[in-house]
Amino acid sequence: MDFDGSKPIYLQIVDFFYENILIREWQEGERIPSVREIAVLVEVNPNTAIRAFNHLQEMEIIYNKRGIGYFVSEDGYQKVLSIRRNEFKEVVLPDVFKKMRLLDVTFEEVKSLYEQNLDEDK
Amino acid sequence: MITLKDLEFGYSKGQKVLNGISLHFECGNIYGLFGKNGEGKTSLMKIMSGLLYPKRGAYSLEGTLVSTRKAYWLQQVFLVPEDFELPNIPISSYENINAPFYPNFSKSRFHELIEEFGLRPKANIGTLSFGQRKKVLIAFALSTNTRFLFMDEPTNGLDIPSKSQFRRVMASVATDDKCIVISTHQVRDLYSLINHVMVLDHAKVVFDQSLATVTDKLWFGKASAERKEGALYSETGLGGKSILPKKGLEETEVDLELLFQGILSAPNQINSILKR
Repeated sequence: MDFDGSKPIYLQIVDFFYENILIREWQEGERIPSVREIAVLVEVNPNTAIRAFNHLQEMEIIYNKRGIGYFVSEDGYQKVLSIRRNEFKEVVLPDVFKKMRLLDVTFEEVKSLYEQNLDEDK
Repeated sequence: MITLKDLEFGYSKGQKVLNGISLHFECGNIYGLFGKNGEGKTSLMKIMSGLLYPKRGAYSLEGTLVSTRKAYWLQQVFLVPEDFELPNIPISSYENINAPFYPNFSKSRFHELIEEFGLRPKANIGTLSFGQRKKVLIAFALSTNTRFLFMDEPTNGLDIPSKSQFRRVMASVATDDKCIVISTHQVRDLYSLINHVMVLDHAKVVFDQSLATVTDKLWFGKASAERKEGALYSETGLGGKSILPKKGLEETEVDLELLFQGILSAPNQINSILKR
């Protein structure tokens, strides 16, 4: 895994979990890799991996069955979706709006580009 | 756990390589030992593995003085030096001769690692390149399962894919009962593994902190001009990065190279913020 320089690694591991849950690679109620497997996979200190697991557990996105492993919570997908949506609205969009004003790009232009993109994806 | 107390060492009279070194190492961590060339990192590791004797001060491992070189703890210590020599014999013979010294040696792990590093057990060590010989030594070191593992510049001489393999393997061997100390200049190769940083400068310990504390107290990145005013350390030049007191700022990953530069140029300012 390549790490982005600015964000703490444990939060980048959290993002990696979010991604896997959003694309349904890890389904609700399913067992996910262990702390050590994740540490090896992303080549980090196991303590860093534990920090990511603890964070996700506090958010109730994953839960621990003692002696068996970690599982995605029943509403894990919904939780990740709402976290990601908020991030998009609070972080990504303000940045886009700022650039739109700076470069004088109108909402109509963006709208037509968005529709064009939808057509291409079809 | 390892305790160093007021350690002093020098190769010639009047010139101290290490002076008043007090450090504490706990199991379950991977320590990064940093310092400029010639600042005593290698000497310290040799003292910690019983190869050199300190002039003054005590070094104990679980309460036993290392300088007594008792067999029961030598079995628990392995040092991967930067410069090393291996005999001109097949890898498997090297294993057969040296493994009996380490009661927790795992033959299966050694063969897995040798294979992962793209080597054959029958290959004669004398015919291998420097990087390949280093891989033999690293594979052996990680298979001994010693509680204390010291590595001096372990990624020097490794090719690009092997560095990633090395990180994976380290992540898998770093268990709660192991204490790993890595000395390196190749910060980029290893920053994701290290969770505690120690810096030696002018024969002293100038920094000794867990990275969790550093992330809590310091901010790393490209700062705006006004924020830069309060910086603890700033790189010069276009796109130069700064270290700021974190205060209300968002959490950032520790930039080890920047931290190292910062510690060398403004150790007191940085340490005083971390100790608050």
